[in-house]
Amino acid sequence: MTVLSLGKDLLGLEPLSPDQIRLILDTAEPFKEVSERPIKKVPALRGKTIVNLFFEASTRTRISFEFAEKRLSADTVNVAAQGSSVQKGENLVDTARNLEAMRIDMVVVRHPSSGAAKFLAERIRSNVVNGGDGMHEHPTQALLDMLTIRDRMGRLEGLKVCICGDVSHSRVARSNIWGLTKLGAEVAVCGPQTLIPGAVGDLGVTVFRRIEEAIEWADVLNVLRLQLERMKAGYIPSLREYYRVFGVTLERLEHAPRDILILHPGPMNRGVEIDSRVADGPHSVILDQVTNGVAVRMAVLYLLAGGRPELADAAKGTDRGGGA
Amino acid sequence: MRPILLKGGRVIDPARGLDLVADVLIVDGKIAGVGPGLGAPDGAETASVTGMVVAPGLIDVHVHLREPGREDAETVATGARAAAAGGFTAVCAMPNTDPVTDNQAAVGFIVKQAAAARAARVYPIGAISVGQRGEQLAEFGEMVGAGAVAVSDDGHPVVSSHLMRTALEYALSFGIPVAEHCEDPGLAGTGVMHAGIVSTRLGLRGIPAAAEEIMVARNVLLAELTGGHTHLCHISTRGSVDLIRWGKARGVNVTAETTPHHFSLTHEACEGYDTNAKMNPPLRTAADVEAVREGLRDGTLDMIATDHAPHHYEAKEREFDDAPFGVVGLETALGLALTELVDGGYLSLPQLIDRMSTMPARVFHLPGGTLQPGTVADLVVFDPASSWVVDPDRFLSKSRNTPFAGRTLRGKVVMTLVGGDRVHVAAT
Repeated sequence: MTVLSLGKDLLGLEPLSPDQIRLILDTAEPFKEVSERPIKKVPALRGKTIVNLFFEASTRTRISFEFAEKRLSADTVNVAAQGSSVQKGENLVDTARNLEAMRIDMVVVRHPSSGAAKFLAERIRSNVVNGGDGMHEHPTQALLDMLTIRDRMGRLEGLKVCICGDVSHSRVARSNIWGLTKLGAEVAVCGPQTLIPGAVGDLGVTVFRRIEEAIEWADVLNVLRLQLERMKAGYIPSLREYYRVFGVTLERLEHAPRDILILHPGPMNRGVEIDSRVADGPHSVILDQVTNGVAVRMAVLYLLAGGRPELADAAKGTDRGGGA
Repeated sequence: MRPILLKGGRVIDPARGLDLVADVLIVDGKIAGVGPGLGAPDGAETASVTGMVVAPGLIDVHVHLREPGREDAETVATGARAAAAGGFTAVCAMPNTDPVTDNQAAVGFIVKQAAAARAARVYPIGAISVGQRGEQLAEFGEMVGAGAVAVSDDGHPVVSSHLMRTALEYALSFGIPVAEHCEDPGLAGTGVMHAGIVSTRLGLRGIPAAAEEIMVARNVLLAELTGGHTHLCHISTRGSVDLIRWGKARGVNVTAETTPHHFSLTHEACEGYDTNAKMNPPLRTAADVEAVREGLRDGTLDMIATDHAPHHYEAKEREFDDAPFGVVGLETALGLALTELVDGGYLSLPQLIDRMSTMPARVFHLPGGTLQPGTVADLVVFDPASSWVVDPDRFLSKSRNTPFAGRTLRGKVVMTLVGGDRVHVAAT
């Protein structure tokens, strides 16, 4: 049997094989249970040092990674370097070299520039996890989306998933497109053409310009956050009109030919891209996504550290164990 | 200076339709004769160049030499030496220096630095507008008096159609081309590469082809309106080639250049976030590359220019978004042209010399571009058969930012002569 691994880094889902993606999702399953225990800790990454290097504001992703690391018993440090490296006059190469000199084991990096995680990974020996790079990829978000869909629907293959909203500027959209298509889902995107990349069809996805058509088609809607800057930059005339024309509302969902699962990577703009009644309603799995985020990130960190997937169950079960 | 007799080379002079095995005699810095079996005058130095091509020196109408302002990346002297090493006997230096070359004193400074370099000739290009701010015309007359051969706001497209109109009209008094970096800045926005499938996958902001084409169309129409000479820089898209072809068919005074990277590479070179493939205009699609090559073949694109844009290594050693645009080109241009265009079947060797020497001289009204007896002895001698591997560490340019490192190219420069002076001789 060949031993499947992720390699040194997790930079995106585009470079991964379907088997590698399934490996992460399957490894996440046993880790879910750790967070349900009174003592939420396993020793799998004991003695490992992880730096969460965030060049861009983040609450949920950073906290989720930090919980994942702590529940695996790693030692963690958070570095928040706000603003782009250029604005700060600091240099990503120097940051990388300094981290390397401190003999850390892993870096989780979020950065406003596409390609920054790869840039860092090519220059340090430590494992690098992409926590979101510019408009490129946000692999752990897509993985937790996929895990959540699989939990609810029992499968990914053959499902119709539509990503709604600002696809152009979204790393979540790109990672979802790669991950879902690799595991056999049909993927569409929906939004005003100003927020849909012209070449997106070449990635093998369908484009809907009207939300009603997307709802008619889909089993799952993954509703992206509409960055408020997009209005100022002229991509849409107003938030009010966006909600009226593209908003995922209860009225629109009532016309759906089937029950539709609703995901949102957060943070939500209630009353802009999504109706509160939908976000809080029975079809929403938005909070399940957050819960699954910790398990998926535990799986990624565990696998990158060299943990063997078949031991994940054992790793969580005992204080002596740990494939790491 | 002793006379020089270059014996037995393949002499190519597109200006006179010559392509024959012959000798070239140089006396007092000028071509004294071209023909088979020339005798060597007393005291002449004779060099056998059998198997080599002897051609008028290459001329690059579009380089950035960074002096004054960024002497860490390039100087007039290092740029002129890199040019000579690449077979160029003359280059035109763009004015986006710091301070901007927008007045006669600044033009005179470039001329002075070039004379001291004793390598390829360097002709300054003056700015179109004061400070390249796109507001007020710079003093074309005084700059031409000081040695400028053209005007351009390269790097900063002239947004105002009124300013471009007046520049084209005012330049008519001095007989100089108005060279334009065609880019609609509103449409290009903060893009960092061609807008297409690769930018979509990499999550990088795209620059659509239309950002260039809109300005190409505008400049052709303004040249038609004014009767001025618009020279369009570094053409990169199929649409631009079509628009220029349309303009020429209407009799508009439009000339255009493209670059070695635009006829050699596509946007796929940006894969892996390689900042050495970040340039403006960006690398485009395979269809654009094909159209650019076809444009060079049929003469729609008059010439090859490198847009040599040196950057210090650390400027490129960063995130793709933050790295500067630009690629060095002087020392790889001839090899790329021979490999991609001549071997690729797009141009004959004489046509290539035409696009790299004769046409640039003619369009920018520069000496050289021919081996006509009596003209300056600006020549290149190159070995068309030998191959070499691009090693940026061996560049004479101060900068190393090339996407062609490791590429095997055909055609090695053996000797470059400027005014009969051997300014570059290849190490053997």
